Amino acid sequence: MVMVYSDNKRLALELIALGKNLAPSLGGKVYAVTINQPEAVIKELVAHGVDGVHEMTTNIPQFKAEEYANLLKDLILEHKPDLVLIGSDKNGKELAARLAGILNTGCVMDATSVTAQGKTITAERVVYSGTGIAVEQFTTTPAIVSIPPRAAEPLPKDEHHHADVMKKQVTLKEYPSKILSVHEAKSEGVHVEDAEIIVSCGRGLKNKTDIQLVSDLAAALKGKTIGCSRPIAADLKWLSEDHWIGLSGHKVKPKLYVACGISGQIQHIAGMRDSGVVVAINKDPDALIFKSADYGIVGDLYQVLPKLVTALKEHAA
Amino acid sequence: MNIVVCAKQVVDVSEIKVDPSTKRPVLSGIAKKISDIDKNAVEEAIRMKEKVGGKITVLTVGSADAKERVKELLAMGADEGVVIVAPVDSEYSVVATLLAAAVKKLGQVDAVLCGEASIDLFSGQLGPRLAGVLDIPQLTYTTKLTAEKDHVTVERNLGDHAATMTSPYPVLISVTKEINTPRLPSLMQILSSSSKPIREWKAEELAGGPLTPKIKTLDIKGVPMSRKNIVYQDDLDASIHKLVGELAKEGVLR
Repeated sequence: MVMVYSDNKRLALELIALGKNLAPSLGGKVYAVTINQPEAVIKELVAHGVDGVHEMTTNIPQFKAEEYANLLKDLILEHKPDLVLIGSDKNGKELAARLAGILNTGCVMDATSVTAQGKTITAERVVYSGTGIAVEQFTTTPAIVSIPPRAAEPLPKDEHHHADVMKKQVTLKEYPSKILSVHEAKSEGVHVEDAEIIVSCGRGLKNKTDIQLVSDLAAALKGKTIGCSRPIAADLKWLSEDHWIGLSGHKVKPKLYVACGISGQIQHIAGMRDSGVVVAINKDPDALIFKSADYGIVGDLYQVLPKLVTALKEHAA
Repeated sequence: MNIVVCAKQVVDVSEIKVDPSTKRPVLSGIAKKISDIDKNAVEEAIRMKEKVGGKITVLTVGSADAKERVKELLAMGADEGVVIVAPVDSEYSVVATLLAAAVKKLGQVDAVLCGEASIDLFSGQLGPRLAGVLDIPQLTYTTKLTAEKDHVTVERNLGDHAATMTSPYPVLISVTKEINTPRLPSLMQILSSSSKPIREWKAEELAGGPLTPKIKTLDIKGVPMSRKNIVYQDDLDASIHKLVGELAKEGVLR
């Protein structure tokens, strides 16, 4: 059996689809766990093909890894899934790792692929700054794997699909850590993961105001999403962290990715390698970014960008 | 207050080259260092100690040569080091079990600090896993920390939002790179750190027997990347004209 959990509904639907794919050699069934979720969410999980839902309500209203890990541990010990898939967002990651610690079982974070041959589960993940893919095979059950967003498309919706919904109220042991407040991060409301066209900038930019050149190009491409490499978000803080693309920033898969003045450090490549068409603009002909690009222009971005904007406008007209 | 910092010796990923024929990363012969974000954890531990007093022990699991790297952390301001000698690249369950045993052996530990992830594998698994084994609260992705005598308050980066949390001790805290800038030790600190103790514990003795990995790494494969690598570097206007033409053919212009 495959058990899936994410407090992000979209991610939970993706995990169900992925689980159904793996389930044939693992007993066929996929069960989702929800914790303090409204009926509408449960209905949606059912309509998207899950075989059963453990609908849990608890004394801990907000997500807390300590308490929720114990809840999942009890469910796992009772139902003995072969594989536990957890959505790899910030909550899911700390939950998956803690759960693996409590159960003393194997865990692979941010898996890019999961396969089951018989009951043997193997997962792959990107390591060494994106230069390698580790192939990890589990030797114990349950195998715990965290899955990043968009690894699978949710199964088609079927309002007539039926699933066992098992409701249970539990009182969890409380840990002394407390959430005092939750607030918006310094964000400009940008979701680079969702963008089809991204124009990104890096250290080749001389001033914060020059970001205008980048957004002009994005506009000429009929996109509006600006990305950046680490220095622009983390060091210079010219853009908020929701623009940051890279290993420790966001991972993106647009149809078109344009890198302007980005050297192409491997950490950045790890965030954009799955893009469709990649264009690089850099004045250094030896810049690493050209190795990860389909098309490149060697030139000063301060000359290239305005000319490219004009050319694109002419093309559109 | 007794503070433990878990630090990992890693290969310097910025030096990793890819073998052009196999496309695999070449990991041999690469300089080792303490994982960057673990240095942020050491810096934060020093700031906690400066505020509320106490002792900082650095724990590392790995090869015996990690001692040289631990010395750098003692020079920064940690008080003592323990190197738990275990096979390099031991699996997370093994490392967490060993660290938990070491924390217990050290006696009363109030705060366990670590980086949110190591720069080599970037899994982010060790911190919360260790908190689970120790059955203590965990404050992950910490971007700001305020230590008091009996509790700690932190800001956590949760992506699209942030949270302020508090916990009494004992607690595990994983920090992000943004939390601080690790100090560079002075020459005096480097010299005087040589008198600070670094102990060596054997993994099997610490764990009371051999530890079985829960995961086998079958392979480190190369990463397939097929790009056209067409680079225009002659006349700029001609280059741009060609680029726009190609993008139109690719169907990415709307």
